[in-house]
Amino acid sequence: MPDLSDISDFIKRIMAGDQNAGARMIRLIESDDPQAFELLRALYPHSGKGFIIGITGSPGAGKSTIINGLITQFRKKDLKVGVIAVDPTSPFSGGAILGDRLRMQTHATDEKVFIRSMASRGHSGGLSRATRDAALVLDAMGYHIILIETVGAGQAEFDISFLAHSVGIVTVPGTCDGIQAVKAGILETGNIFIVNKGDLADAADADISLHQLTQMIAMGKDRRTGWKPKVLTTNGLTGDGLTELATAFLDHHEFMITNHLFEEKRKEQETLYFTSLLRDLTLKKLMAFMENSPEYKEVLNKIGSGEMDPITAAELVVKQMRK
Amino acid sequence: MENRIRVLIAKPGLDGHDKGAKIVALALRDAGFEVIYSGLHQTLEQIIAAATQEAVDVIGLSIMSGAHLPICRKLLSMMMEKNLADIRLVVGGVIPFQDIPALKQMGVSAIFPGGTSFEDINTGMKALFDPER
Repeated sequence: MPDLSDISDFIKRIMAGDQNAGARMIRLIESDDPQAFELLRALYPHSGKGFIIGITGSPGAGKSTIINGLITQFRKKDLKVGVIAVDPTSPFSGGAILGDRLRMQTHATDEKVFIRSMASRGHSGGLSRATRDAALVLDAMGYHIILIETVGAGQAEFDISFLAHSVGIVTVPGTCDGIQAVKAGILETGNIFIVNKGDLADAADADISLHQLTQMIAMGKDRRTGWKPKVLTTNGLTGDGLTELATAFLDHHEFMITNHLFEEKRKEQETLYFTSLLRDLTLKKLMAFMENSPEYKEVLNKIGSGEMDPITAAELVVKQMRK
Repeated sequence: MENRIRVLIAKPGLDGHDKGAKIVALALRDAGFEVIYSGLHQTLEQIIAAATQEAVDVIGLSIMSGAHLPICRKLLSMMMEKNLADIRLVVGGVIPFQDIPALKQMGVSAIFPGGTSFEDINTGMKALFDPER
């Protein structure tokens, strides 16, 4: 673990883009280290410049490979790129295999690229609890673009839309007919839709997916911002369509800046940041308090012996807390 | 969130056999480790970059090529140079028993030659972080 005897020096190193320092700070955040708060507070005023792009979609749709291609595109424009790639934690062992990096190894030694794999650690919603703060660190380190890959998402893992300025949803041909495209949930959150692996399907199949997505989405312009979502086809492996995809994201960035949506998002973020932090801290404090109370242990024993059902027990503990 | 042990599993050099590395990754996952799997044909520079950015506790190399002595020596010196001396290096694969003392002496924390059971790997890995040691 880092030598934190001189915090201001550590912060200076992070802001100068020192990858070793940045990575160790993210590790502190992830481990719930008490010092992480102080560090985050010091970095916070230096964040808010980076463009955060979320890439989500079902497992195996090609999210990592597309991110790999996007890194290449953004590097051509001499932008510094940070990546946070989230994979699921095992509900049984608590362990994880983080394999997204494998597909981004082309950029491993480019010192203007920083890739951090992260396990979801029991957090639902497609991200881990530490993702937001890790993005803040990358932002303060001076990465212009921060790409966040969610865990393979189904229909309701849309936490990324609260964090990212722009959300790209990756899909493959044959999975998205007209009615899927208008369901509530994840598809509402997309700013850019990516139909990947066009080569695997019948050309006709890919066309149908593209056509149906385009039609349904074209009707549903984002009412809040006025941005009209784009639908693009890509082939992550050959790189086809990735130049256009990178341009689409940068166009969306431009759109947000011009329409003052970037600042608006920041304000929205601050409130969300505060409330979710408050919830975390309150829950932690409250649980610690209750777990130490005699009632808690008594009730736990009664549940174990079959004397009390869990519903009555939970109600009872909360009631006692109010006193 | 508790502090999980993070392990980078990498295969340096040109040998193309990654089944062992993948199976060990799976066994470590089941033992509660967070495993970053970086795949085949890694240069030492790539391994250093990944270990830095991922802030791992352990680098686990799978080597079947016979080049374990020079690879480990070079990687350990790069780790020193890049301020990663607190990371433990462990090695598995085709490692002749007579080379184990030399590996230990240069600073490799644990060696798991072919045939080591998953249980022994898990115990050995956890022992690296046992404060009693």
